[in-house]
Amino acid sequence: MLLAVIVRRAAMALITLAGVAVIVFVLLRVVPGDPVAMMIGPGATAADIAALKARYGFDAPILTQFWIWVHGILVGDFGSSITLHLPVTEILANRLPATLELAILALLIAVLLGGSVAIAGTLMRRTLGETIIDGLNSIMLAVPDFIWALALVLLFAVAFPVLPLTGRINPDLAEGFATKFYLTESVLTGRFAIARDILSHMIMPTLALALPLAAVIVRLLKQSLKEAMVQDYVLLARIKGFGELRLVLQEALRNAVGPTLALTGVQFTFLIGGTVIVERIFAYPGIGNLAIDAVINRDFPLIQGLVLLFGLIFILVNVAVDLGVAALNPRLRHA
Amino acid sequence: MLERGDVKHAAQLTSAPAAETEPRPLPAYLRLVRDPKVVCAGGFILFLVVLAIGAPLIAPQDPLAQNLLNATLPPVGFADAAPGFLLGTDGLGRDVLSRVIYGSRVSLTVAFVAAGLACLIGSLLGLMAGYLGAATDAMISRLVDVWMAFPPVLLSILLIAVIGTGLHSVIIAIVVIDWTRFCRVVRTETMNQAQMDYVVAARTIGFSRPATLFREILPNVVPVLIALLTLEMGIAVVVEAILSFVGLSVSSDTPTWGGMIAEGRQIVHEAWWVLAVPLAALFATVVAFNQLGDGLARSLDPVLRR
Amino acid sequence: MTAPRLAIEALSAISLRANNAPILRRVSLAVDTGEVHGLVGESGAGKSTIAKAILGIIPSQVKITGGRIIFEGRDLLSLSANELRAILGRDIALVPQDPSTALNPSRRIDAQMTDGLRLKRGLSRKAARLRARALLTEVQIRDPERVLSCYPHQLSGGMRQRVLIAAAFALEPKLVIADEPTTALDVTVQKQILRLIRALQERHGTSVLFVSHDLGVVAKICDRVSVLYMGKMVEQGRTADILQNPRHAYTKALLAANPRYDRPDTGLEPTSPEVIVALRAEIAAFDAGSSTGEARDG
Repeated sequence: MLLAVIVRRAAMALITLAGVAVIVFVLLRVVPGDPVAMMIGPGATAADIAALKARYGFDAPILTQFWIWVHGILVGDFGSSITLHLPVTEILANRLPATLELAILALLIAVLLGGSVAIAGTLMRRTLGETIIDGLNSIMLAVPDFIWALALVLLFAVAFPVLPLTGRINPDLAEGFATKFYLTESVLTGRFAIARDILSHMIMPTLALALPLAAVIVRLLKQSLKEAMVQDYVLLARIKGFGELRLVLQEALRNAVGPTLALTGVQFTFLIGGTVIVERIFAYPGIGNLAIDAVINRDFPLIQGLVLLFGLIFILVNVAVDLGVAALNPRLRHA
Repeated sequence: MLERGDVKHAAQLTSAPAAETEPRPLPAYLRLVRDPKVVCAGGFILFLVVLAIGAPLIAPQDPLAQNLLNATLPPVGFADAAPGFLLGTDGLGRDVLSRVIYGSRVSLTVAFVAAGLACLIGSLLGLMAGYLGAATDAMISRLVDVWMAFPPVLLSILLIAVIGTGLHSVIIAIVVIDWTRFCRVVRTETMNQAQMDYVVAARTIGFSRPATLFREILPNVVPVLIALLTLEMGIAVVVEAILSFVGLSVSSDTPTWGGMIAEGRQIVHEAWWVLAVPLAALFATVVAFNQLGDGLARSLDPVLRR
Repeated sequence: MTAPRLAIEALSAISLRANNAPILRRVSLAVDTGEVHGLVGESGAGKSTIAKAILGIIPSQVKITGGRIIFEGRDLLSLSANELRAILGRDIALVPQDPSTALNPSRRIDAQMTDGLRLKRGLSRKAARLRARALLTEVQIRDPERVLSCYPHQLSGGMRQRVLIAAAFALEPKLVIADEPTTALDVTVQKQILRLIRALQERHGTSVLFVSHDLGVVAKICDRVSVLYMGKMVEQGRTADILQNPRHAYTKALLAANPRYDRPDTGLEPTSPEVIVALRAEIAAFDAGSSTGEARDG
């Protein structure tokens, strides 16, 4: 039963991804002006341009280009970046871990923060505390990661200059890593001083990404919790003598998570999209920062690879959320 | 069994609770005016519009006038401030206050035009998807899914790189990205409404499909749309700011909040106000649109009012 | 004579939402140790309000205006939330009305049955599970191990009600309030459930306050009965007495309205308007008497 759901979702995901690939390809070929000419400096001869075109395969007919590209995807060859002169897959593999660590850390913080506030708000329902939480949250829901990032810059550059404003790690410390997952590796290998340095670099971009998600979680989870708390089974548990906190955590929470999860998943994809600008603001070396440069420089292979990668991540997150919701509902599990 | 007289009599005797008649609900526009959120937020937006339209008259200085002698002067109240520059100057000596006022022009233009267009196109497609049958719906929904698989910021940057910079590009980019938001909502609303009796009744009386669509469904979809539209305006302002931050919006002569923020970011250690002022303006505008949308949704949708 | 397990003394309550209309009018009743006491009345008579008052869960729009609820020598109405919470679950338990909503759909049966035992009786997880299994056997569930690992939606309504009954008796409370436990069940299942409750009650020596609108159901299981009409106690006594010799007009009307399978010649008798009017007048007189400043207990 569950397997059928997974298979169907995977098939839809692949179709969507294919759609994304086609759209990107077409979009880039529709660019007015000659992209190759823009890549070369002024003073290039026609022969140079033609040579470059041939090198990157832009002289072939559109369908051939498309076929080459699709074929490349299937064998794992995304071509070479025009600006960085490296295989696209290699570039992406180098930069992806940084963004993954950022996004996942942001997710964790958002869940912990949002969850705690939602639970607190539920415990305080129908008191002034809840009104305050609702009011503040309502404003926080309006603020995008872009504004948070810059506000944090103001806070920790001007008011309290305690955090580094750019980068991922102190360059002196960036040695001896087996993988590019600097934070995870340094924690797992016990190099806590380095981990602390990385965290001090990551905390602002992470917060900027986490706060909008936390606000969404507060609203959704609190609503679901409040609905669960008026159910009969909570009343019965109350009559059994359980205290308020215990009721929220033990009875209401597991029923409230399901509805919250779906919308949170969507919001998480926005978070990933937000890495594009947040990484830029903090000069954080992930795929988001890369994306802006790639687009401005019209690095087609890199752009295509990046868009596919983002698309894939989005789709995977959606699938994971769907699975999570299904798994959480005992009715679906034992159908 | 019981006769009506007995029931009434009995009710009086025992003063059993008679159904309390609720006071008649106010018409929508009166409700709106009484909601503090709507009043404050709406008032601020109105203020911004006035500012934007009257910028040449209101701004104290020429936003483009550079004067390196006056570079990075702090706002009035701090040491070394100059009287003519209320909120200080930027790295090229330009008055921050005037630039922020002029910047509102770009932001508001984008907000109204882009959000409006996105609403129009998205709603149209949503109406079609919701009412014109399963095939149309499947097609449009699939399109929406694929569309939403793109990270919005990336897509907008991509589009601008393709189309070229400029105000029109920004507007097109926002419309292209966010029409899906309206489409989904309108589609759901339309599908709900299409099943209601009055639509079926209208059809049986003999209204043709498009006529039914517009005459019966549209007015009921409008409250949701208005709320969504205001929210979308807030989003459009942010997207424009991001694009001008990255340098992909209007030409760098025209003052934009995003552009000022980008510059402010560079010199944040020397002149923090160049970042803080446009950021504050952006924050206030976004929050205002958001709260307005929220308040509108609450006032116009009887279900949400609690 | 020993003190009753539960004694409700002149309990009065009003509805704040409905213009302070009275919900309970100085209701008094007592449940002895080991007794099954029926509380009968139609919808809106106030029976659930009494149950809720005992359990401390009256809704915010209801206000208790007088009376005491004495349990184990203490007035439940005067206890703090913490003190009440200590008693609930351990000494007083509830068998709820609707088995389909009273169980948490996301928790397994064993978790829902053992959490009270572990909290209130300090049992270990293993010991609590054993006890839960024993009780499921007592309520005649044939495969208790399987039921314990189930989720509520995997069980039938009757099974769920048995689970709820077992859970209520599991902690050996002194008083169990059964709130219309058979209303949501098929008629064929009702009899079994009633027998179960009676058996459990006798075995464990628990007092039961059996709330119902169905006099026929009450007749099968209760030692004594209190009849409630519009928040006022109109008749009380041993079940047999009340059934044979009802004294109050309302009780008579209730009995007449009940299909009696052992007396096929009697049909459903609608209550005559005169009776209704007389009843209303009686209530009105009571209200008038209490509103002229008659001393209220409390």
